Amino acid sequence: MMSPLVDPVLLHLGPVPLARSVLTSFGLTAILGGLAYLVQRRLTVQPGRVQALVELLVTTLQDQIGDVIHEAPQRYVPFLGTLFIYLFCANSLAAVPGLTPPTDRIETTSALALLVFASVYVYGIRAHGFLGYLKHFFSPSPLLFPIHVLSEITRTFALAMRLLGNIMSHGVVLGVVVSVAGLLVPVPLIAFGLFTGAVQAYIFTVLSTVYIAAAVAEPTADAPRIGKEGRA
Amino acid sequence: MNVQIVSIIGAVIAVSMGAIFPALGESRAIVAAMDAIARQPESAPAVSRTLFVGLAMIEAIAIYCLVVALVLLFANPLLH
Repeated sequence: MMSPLVDPVLLHLGPVPLARSVLTSFGLTAILGGLAYLVQRRLTVQPGRVQALVELLVTTLQDQIGDVIHEAPQRYVPFLGTLFIYLFCANSLAAVPGLTPPTDRIETTSALALLVFASVYVYGIRAHGFLGYLKHFFSPSPLLFPIHVLSEITRTFALAMRLLGNIMSHGVVLGVVVSVAGLLVPVPLIAFGLFTGAVQAYIFTVLSTVYIAAAVAEPTADAPRIGKEGRA
Repeated sequence: MNVQIVSIIGAVIAVSMGAIFPALGESRAIVAAMDAIARQPESAPAVSRTLFVGLAMIEAIAIYCLVVALVLLFANPLLH
């Protein structure tokens, strides 16, 4: 049995080896980018079918992100929405014959988690300024500085490992079942894998949103969190 | 007993412990969320979103056990 931690190299581009997850990821990015370009090329006030569908998707994402972040979500939708759409499509590749989801290798999920890690700092510094953002590491007491640093590291690690573990273990379980049972037995498992992939894409996006929301929130340290209705 | 057999036993223990205790924790979380939704159905969206995030946090522990087991089986530092 091949180790699920190794990414097979499919072809070499000069001295650079291109692994399977990298190629799948590039292909998916190209397809999604191409579709987005085709849709945005002719936007009209009276939307056609395709544009209405995409608008529905974008407004749903905006509402969901706005519910968590408690402010105008327009600034955050490009990053978080892209993350969700990419993850959803990538995880759904588990049901496409001949393809494997790129998120079942540790390199892809680590890269995505590092992107979230960096974006938390970018949004936090943009909201509070450099020193203002660094101040939250020393609140409520400077004694807690190591805990803050530890939590930054572990939550990024957990973000990567959660996605990896769920998607990869589904592949491993499916492989075991196929090697034991016959033709039609794995079909419900594949359907369940689609569900798991969608849930994991949602969870990854919601957790990233929560982290970013915590970074851009006003530093009212011990006041109870007030919902959108209470503040209005 | 050589290192390989010990590693396999360790992987089995890691996965089984990582299945039992996060399952107990997740069931408690789901019970509490169901209780809350049954009392106040209008709070269902907020409760279920928080539930999802919390379940993901609990599940991370199970995933850690899985990663430990996979490292023991496929990337054992004591064997190479």
